[in-house]
Amino acid sequence: MAVNKKKHWYDYLWIWSIIYFALGFFNILFAWLGMIDFILPLIFAAVGGNKWFCNHMCGRGQLFWVLGRNLKCSRGKPAPKWISSKWFRYGFLIFFLTMFGIMVFQTYLVFSGAGTLRKAIKLFWTFRVPWKWAYNGSIFPDWVAQFGFGFYSLMLTSTLIGLIVMVLYKERTWCSFCPMGTMTQGICKIKAKKGNET
Amino acid sequence: MRKAVNDIDICVACGVCANQCPRDAISIFKGCYAVVDAGKCVGCGLCEKACPAGSIKVLEVENGSK
Repeated sequence: MAVNKKKHWYDYLWIWSIIYFALGFFNILFAWLGMIDFILPLIFAAVGGNKWFCNHMCGRGQLFWVLGRNLKCSRGKPAPKWISSKWFRYGFLIFFLTMFGIMVFQTYLVFSGAGTLRKAIKLFWTFRVPWKWAYNGSIFPDWVAQFGFGFYSLMLTSTLIGLIVMVLYKERTWCSFCPMGTMTQGICKIKAKKGNET
Repeated sequence: MRKAVNDIDICVACGVCANQCPRDAISIFKGCYAVVDAGKCVGCGLCEKACPAGSIKVLEVENGSK
């Protein structure tokens, strides 16, 4: 943030990012709160035709900025061109949505009784990490917790990827291939085009 | 004159440039890409330094437009 700019309440949403992961560490049901960051950008894009969420409210982007720029944890070097190329952005979006779909399917298996609740999170869609302490039963059925574990895995994995590219390249390199960013920009482009035709 | 110029085909509309601009010369056009107000831009290069996609660059331009 430039020096003279007035600070708004939403400039501190990077704190929310940290709180989110802290809450999910103790109780996985809090992972559901991440749906806010999933749905809100889409509402902004679909209704308002803007990327106001990305531009001002993204706690993750802000966190990368705070760590990368303010705490100097980023090399600040330009990222390779292919990272922000269209094929990689849309390819990553498709991959991400596929993984999201698989996660929802696993939740469905637990819901239908065909699968059992696994108290673990999966990092980088590969490494299973025990996460037993975060759930000891609740008033909700098991599938609610299963979704929590799955969604938390997704959020943590994408943040870790973002942190890696933050260190290696520019602070907010994640933004250049963030699936939410690609999706919302895509929606905005379609809306802008339609607006021009009519 | 040196001004920020944005390549709208590469721009991901993340808005970091607009957040960085000390002159509020950059806005995100309909969530599609960043637009630089050449009248306000002083060519400081803060946006270029922040841009994760490498789409915004400070270049020599004539009469404020490319």
